[in-house]
Amino acid sequence: MHAPVGRGPTGLAPINGARMFNYALRRILYSVPIAVGVSLVCFLLLHIAPGDPIDAIAPESASPQLLAELRAAYGFDRSLPVQYFSWLSNVIVGDFGTSIMTGRPVLGELANAVVNTLLLSGGAVLVGFVFGLLLGTIAGYTAGSPADRAATAFAVAGISVPNYWLGLVLVVIFAVNQDWLPAMGMGQGAPFLSWANLRHFVLPVIALSVIPAGIIARSVRGTVAEVRKQEFVQTLHAKGLSPFRVFIHVMKNSAPALLAVMGLQLGYLMGGSILVETVFSWPGTGFLLNTAIFTRDLPLLQGTILILSMFFVVINLVVDLAQALFDPRIERN
Amino acid sequence: MNTPTSTQAAASGSDIPRARISRSFWHSVARRLSRDPVTIACTTVLLVIALVAVFAPVIAPYDPYKTSILVRLAPMGHPDHLLGTDELGRDLLTRLIYGARTSLFMGFAPILLATLIGGTLGIVAGYAGGATNMIIMRTIDVFYAFPSVLLAVAISGVLGAGIFNSLVSLTLVFIPSLARVGESVTTQVRNQDFVVAARATGASDWQIIRGHVLSNVVGPVMIYASSLVSVAIVLASGLSFLGLGIVPPEAEWGSMLSTLRPAIYIAPMNAILPGIMIFVTSMCANLISDGLRTAMDVKV
Repeated sequence: MHAPVGRGPTGLAPINGARMFNYALRRILYSVPIAVGVSLVCFLLLHIAPGDPIDAIAPESASPQLLAELRAAYGFDRSLPVQYFSWLSNVIVGDFGTSIMTGRPVLGELANAVVNTLLLSGGAVLVGFVFGLLLGTIAGYTAGSPADRAATAFAVAGISVPNYWLGLVLVVIFAVNQDWLPAMGMGQGAPFLSWANLRHFVLPVIALSVIPAGIIARSVRGTVAEVRKQEFVQTLHAKGLSPFRVFIHVMKNSAPALLAVMGLQLGYLMGGSILVETVFSWPGTGFLLNTAIFTRDLPLLQGTILILSMFFVVINLVVDLAQALFDPRIERN
Repeated sequence: MNTPTSTQAAASGSDIPRARISRSFWHSVARRLSRDPVTIACTTVLLVIALVAVFAPVIAPYDPYKTSILVRLAPMGHPDHLLGTDELGRDLLTRLIYGARTSLFMGFAPILLATLIGGTLGIVAGYAGGATNMIIMRTIDVFYAFPSVLLAVAISGVLGAGIFNSLVSLTLVFIPSLARVGESVTTQVRNQDFVVAARATGASDWQIIRGHVLSNVVGPVMIYASSLVSVAIVLASGLSFLGLGIVPPEAEWGSMLSTLRPAIYIAPMNAILPGIMIFVTSMCANLISDGLRTAMDVKV
């Protein structure tokens, strides 16, 4: 790596438009087969499931004739490729089928849940980012000192802790022993920015934020240490810049890597919030997944998994594109 | 990457330098590890937990399934039950000891399987290149495109609970990342001069893979796999916590957390105890992995 030569006053280097466009196009095209593959896995998941999906819908005493009718109604009687393509073409236009349990469209059930999970995960990534940045910067700047060791220990603890257990511990401390914060649910009907609503976020967001905090702390520590070794930092010092100004330069150079870590963490949390959501009875996608699994509501299960994994695919894409945009040194194939 | 092992393999034929160089690499790793108190402490803790798990029937004071209505949720320090009892009056210490068996198994077994399968896939893909590489790695990419918790929950949810199904689902979750590490190292090694030289001297593919590729791939893959053990422990307990892994009455830390959960209002200490075990084990696994990485000087 070399110092960022030719950066304009905005701090962003002039971007070579054609090359960026080429990269973006290639990166987007690369996502298409991945997305198709992901949809295929989501579809096939249900067909490796033991038992006939129709059993979940039909009453136990159903006659063979009724079973056949139901099978035809849900399309289970057609060949797998036919089922896949008809499912895919419906999904593309937003038709995820009908939930077996509630009889309502899966998309409607998903919409609210996705928003609730996104709020939780987004909050957790932000909180994790702030703490991770703090810990990582301290550690990176004082590498080898007791402060570094303490910060690094916190980071390892954050990565190692089972976040659902941490959620339980937080409930015991702040909801059972002290009646400070609610143990479960969301603020019903309260305005979003009111304390009555936001207080429901505090514990689950903290529980969910420890993993991103730990990961971001580690990666900040690494990047800060690496950037500080680069020659341009010595030059800035030699030019007489204040330590704070040098720090800003260091951070600016670390930003693309951090951005990538944050984006991926958001994706992981969206897909992985089920455990913490279960602890806090949060009405998000985790709750939907849980319901879908235990009631064998296959369309709902399929839809939820598909949406969450597609979200991850898109986030990966956006992160890569944003990184290339912010940091012209990145060239990948 | 550890170049000593590659030069070692290139020098095969005269066995003296080979043996000496090889020993000195692992010697220096062992020496560095022996000076790292954190890694030593964590290894000791994990070993103790493992020993306790192995000798559970001898050590455990009670039968892990023996319930008692009279001493439900007895507090810690109870005269008969050191760590108290659970919601059915079963001795918590006993169940934590027996739980170590399943929880440790679920932390290590999937990683071991995934390392073997993923590592092999990665080496084959990296060494063969071309169409084989494309087919294997693009398939891996698809599974890599799922967030790990989601994939584990989805597979376990579909297959149903149980120790075997959890093993399958966790192994599948960890294969993609390990295959990627294996593939990227193999691809690098394949184009090195010593491989070209070996091929020129008439070494077969199998000889090259065994002598040059494996010796270079094992380090990074092992280090990466070791960093996943803690993830596997937490994830496996998580599956059980959701009711998708080990099912009660079998003792397992995650499923104990789940059945004790309603008790957080009455006996919070009892309810959070199994989680402390998960946390300690996972933290030790992480710190050992960090220690190994530093000692072997491997960047993954």
